[in-house]
Amino acid sequence: MAYVHSIWPLAAVLLPLLATVPIMLSGRSPNLRESWTLLAGGGMFAIVASMLPTVLAGGGFVLTLAEVVPGVPIQLRVDALGMFFALVASFLWIFTSVYSIGYMRALEEHDQTRYFASFAVAIAATIGVAFSANLLTLYLFYEVLSLSTYPLVTHEQNAEARASGRKYLTYILGTSIGLVLPAMLIVYQLTGTLDFTHGGILAGKASPATLSLLLLLFVLGFAKAGVMPFHGWLPAAMVAPTPVSAFLHGVAVVKVGVFSILRVVFDIFGPDLLRNLDLGVALTYFVSITILFASLVALTQDNLKRRLAYSTIGQLSYMILGAGMVSAAGMTGGVLHIAMHAFGKITLFFCAGAIYVASHKKYISEMDGLGRKMPITYAAFFLGALSIIGMPPLGGFLSKWNLLVGAVQSHQMVLVAVLLGSSLLNAAYFFPIVYRGFFAPAPAGEAREGIREAPLFCLLPLSVTALCSLLLFFYPTVFLQLVQRALFP
Amino acid sequence: MTTSNLHIYILAAPLLGAFAVNLLGRLSRRWVAPLTLGVLGYATVAALVVLARVLRDGTISYTVGNWRPPFGIELVIDPLGALMLLLISAVALTATFSSLTSIERELPGREHLFFTMYLLLIAGLTGLALTGDAFNLYVLLEITSITTYGLIAMGRGRAPLASFNYIIMGSIGACFYLLGVGYLYLLTGTLNMADIARILQGLQETAALATAFAFILVGLWVKMAFFPLHSWLPTAYTQAPSGASVMIAPLMTKVTVFLMIRVIFSIFTPTYAFFHHPGVQAGIVWAAALAIVCASALALAQRDLKRMLTYIIVAEVGYMVGGVWLANTQGMTGAILHIVNDALMTLCLFLAAAAIIYRTGSLGFDSLQGLYRRMPITMAAFTVGAFSMIGIPPTAGFFSKWYLLLGGIEASQWGYVAALVFSSLVNAVLFFRIIEIAYFRTGEAGHGHGHAVVRVEEAPLMMLAPLVLAALALIAVGFGSGPLVNGVIRLAIPGGF
Repeated sequence: MAYVHSIWPLAAVLLPLLATVPIMLSGRSPNLRESWTLLAGGGMFAIVASMLPTVLAGGGFVLTLAEVVPGVPIQLRVDALGMFFALVASFLWIFTSVYSIGYMRALEEHDQTRYFASFAVAIAATIGVAFSANLLTLYLFYEVLSLSTYPLVTHEQNAEARASGRKYLTYILGTSIGLVLPAMLIVYQLTGTLDFTHGGILAGKASPATLSLLLLLFVLGFAKAGVMPFHGWLPAAMVAPTPVSAFLHGVAVVKVGVFSILRVVFDIFGPDLLRNLDLGVALTYFVSITILFASLVALTQDNLKRRLAYSTIGQLSYMILGAGMVSAAGMTGGVLHIAMHAFGKITLFFCAGAIYVASHKKYISEMDGLGRKMPITYAAFFLGALSIIGMPPLGGFLSKWNLLVGAVQSHQMVLVAVLLGSSLLNAAYFFPIVYRGFFAPAPAGEAREGIREAPLFCLLPLSVTALCSLLLFFYPTVFLQLVQRALFP
Repeated sequence: MTTSNLHIYILAAPLLGAFAVNLLGRLSRRWVAPLTLGVLGYATVAALVVLARVLRDGTISYTVGNWRPPFGIELVIDPLGALMLLLISAVALTATFSSLTSIERELPGREHLFFTMYLLLIAGLTGLALTGDAFNLYVLLEITSITTYGLIAMGRGRAPLASFNYIIMGSIGACFYLLGVGYLYLLTGTLNMADIARILQGLQETAALATAFAFILVGLWVKMAFFPLHSWLPTAYTQAPSGASVMIAPLMTKVTVFLMIRVIFSIFTPTYAFFHHPGVQAGIVWAAALAIVCASALALAQRDLKRMLTYIIVAEVGYMVGGVWLANTQGMTGAILHIVNDALMTLCLFLAAAAIIYRTGSLGFDSLQGLYRRMPITMAAFTVGAFSMIGIPPTAGFFSKWYLLLGGIEASQWGYVAALVFSSLVNAVLFFRIIEIAYFRTGEAGHGHGHAVVRVEEAPLMMLAPLVLAALALIAVGFGSGPLVNGVIRLAIPGGF
């Protein structure tokens, strides 16, 4: 892999970061302020996309920012895996920004300047994680993300937000300082480096017991990936405004967690090491518990966003499951699901928000018959749900199919059962929402006259992302190529 | 005036400045600020020049008044000492901007008295970084202590009592140190550090030597508030006037840690200190771990911001003592880096506290509500300081923790490692409690439609500027940890260690 020294990785991270200044200064002119956000979003996606051809051709970009510790600089690097994640995140941010504008204005939310500024920092940190060349840089941006999302999670500033904010930080900061930091230092102590290297850096450096412990520390330490038992922050974070839940907890924050784990699995441990120590299998069994349990709990949730939260927890562990399978198809499926789930989940959250804006309803039991009044929203919801469940012709089918093939390839029939079983559960908690929305009569005594479709600013993004889920089934080439390059250079 | 004597001028400037401030300050209040700032500005620039020279040419040795040692006092400026010089001058200068504003309000009409002692204290600290004589160290230690007693006693309320408490404990510590030096004099016949080290090499191991070391060590521990000898610090620093604590808190304990390093490296040699008495080295690391845990726990119980910060200082001292006594390069690097980082972090946080108390009059948790809206810049800088204390990259605090943790892992001191991680988590709780209180306000309901407009009442520029500078320095020093460690700190640690 020939890495070219370039300022573009830094430019991609800095653009939204610097945009916070004009955002904060234009607090009094909302239209100007929003235009900064959109400009930053468009610009960042343009920068990321401009680096795509080089990465597809087998190259990459690198930039060292500071030599802070011997052997471990703060360094940005654009390789296939990072480009894959950055593409998804930067593309979806544009739509989230548009959606945010519509949502916040429709509800006349307070403190919008703080909201948009924090969002800009959060996306900068997300891209920073995507483009991290080593574990220390990743840790740095991971922490920046945790901190910049706190004002977003606690936006409502009421007692509920306060409690959720505490839970959020306790889980996320507690695990990153208590588990990831020692693990990172032990890796450094063993190898003298923290660089992400294809094939891993830990082979032969420590006893199997130490390596197993390290893997456990990392998987649990990156609590943003929602692996049980450190998943509790995700449902609690649903008190945030829906665009926050949609983007951060459907796309950015949670995917950063999974991405970090995948980076550690692929580029610190390496698939071969995992296979030799049977750690891959152990990992898959460990996260299968999360997958099944989360899907079961999702069935019991009446609050729509909480049901989506538990769905997310389950889906995230799919990605780790794929990585743990260590088979070609399995790993492909796991990484691909990052993109497919992102598009699907963000659609679902956008719809949940649209429903709230249009009707002020949060609970599924109150949403009977709403589909007839909001057909576009519910259609988009249906498409997103199908993608998550893994049905053709939606993008999610591709990732789930790869996971199934991977499970068969690695002769793990238990995993096949887990995958099929959880897909069934996914259907069980999604389909009733759509069915009852379209076909059930409205609850007795509830008028539905005043309810119309959500405003255009909300409707457009959710339609686009739903269509993208559909299109990804037919045109997955770019993503597939990136994943192939990342896993098998 | 040639630059070859620059290092003594760094000491002379605040010393003479103290007298000038006292005399001219009586004539007119307006002399105090320019004199103090001018003197400290000169000292900072000179310290920078001296550091550059030491890094280029090696250790400088200077005999005061040309009286040859062992009768005269020798000043020794090695890379570590030069770094300390720069740290002391720069922190003192930055803090002075804030002090001048605070003292104008807290001690009207007595500024010249306050800043006399202030400048004498800085002269003492500077001397401690320079001296190469064991007894001279005692004298300077007492200068710094006595001026500190005076500065603290100038506070309101129970400040004189807190100062008196400090006098008792501080004097005991100083006497222990003096006793240790006395034993050394009996054994070697000289008070010059290099001489003592030379003579000790040829001496046999005796109980007297061990006693000397123990007394000196414990004396310094009292002075740096190493748990459980820390009881004087929280009350003393809390009751002190803000103008005093912004300078004393970042510097006093860190310079005393430096003195401990100086004693270990320049008088006793690391081999003797760490390895000749089995169990002592590991025991002190465990004691440090205990100090960290207990101080952090005590900090959790506090309801006043400044008091909470003082307990955090005690915990940070535990970090540094543990780091030094890990007896490996990583630990020592971490300890020295932490001296620099902790001085900056403490400066940042105490400057923020001074700004808050200037505007709101109280630092109790209840009066901090909604502070993010009322004093956004102050709280932003406070947040950076908080992140550094917790150990979040890229702030400076993360990198010294990195080295300390690595040193602990390398030495298999898992108690110390666990204590460090525990302390980071406790710091997160401590500071996010404050952040939460300052961020949320009582009586907030739902979406908060129709907020009452809150007036932004920031601290005055003279207090805000040093605060923002300190916060930025934390990030800059964080990113610059590599050059700092490779270019300066590695040179300060003796070879073969």
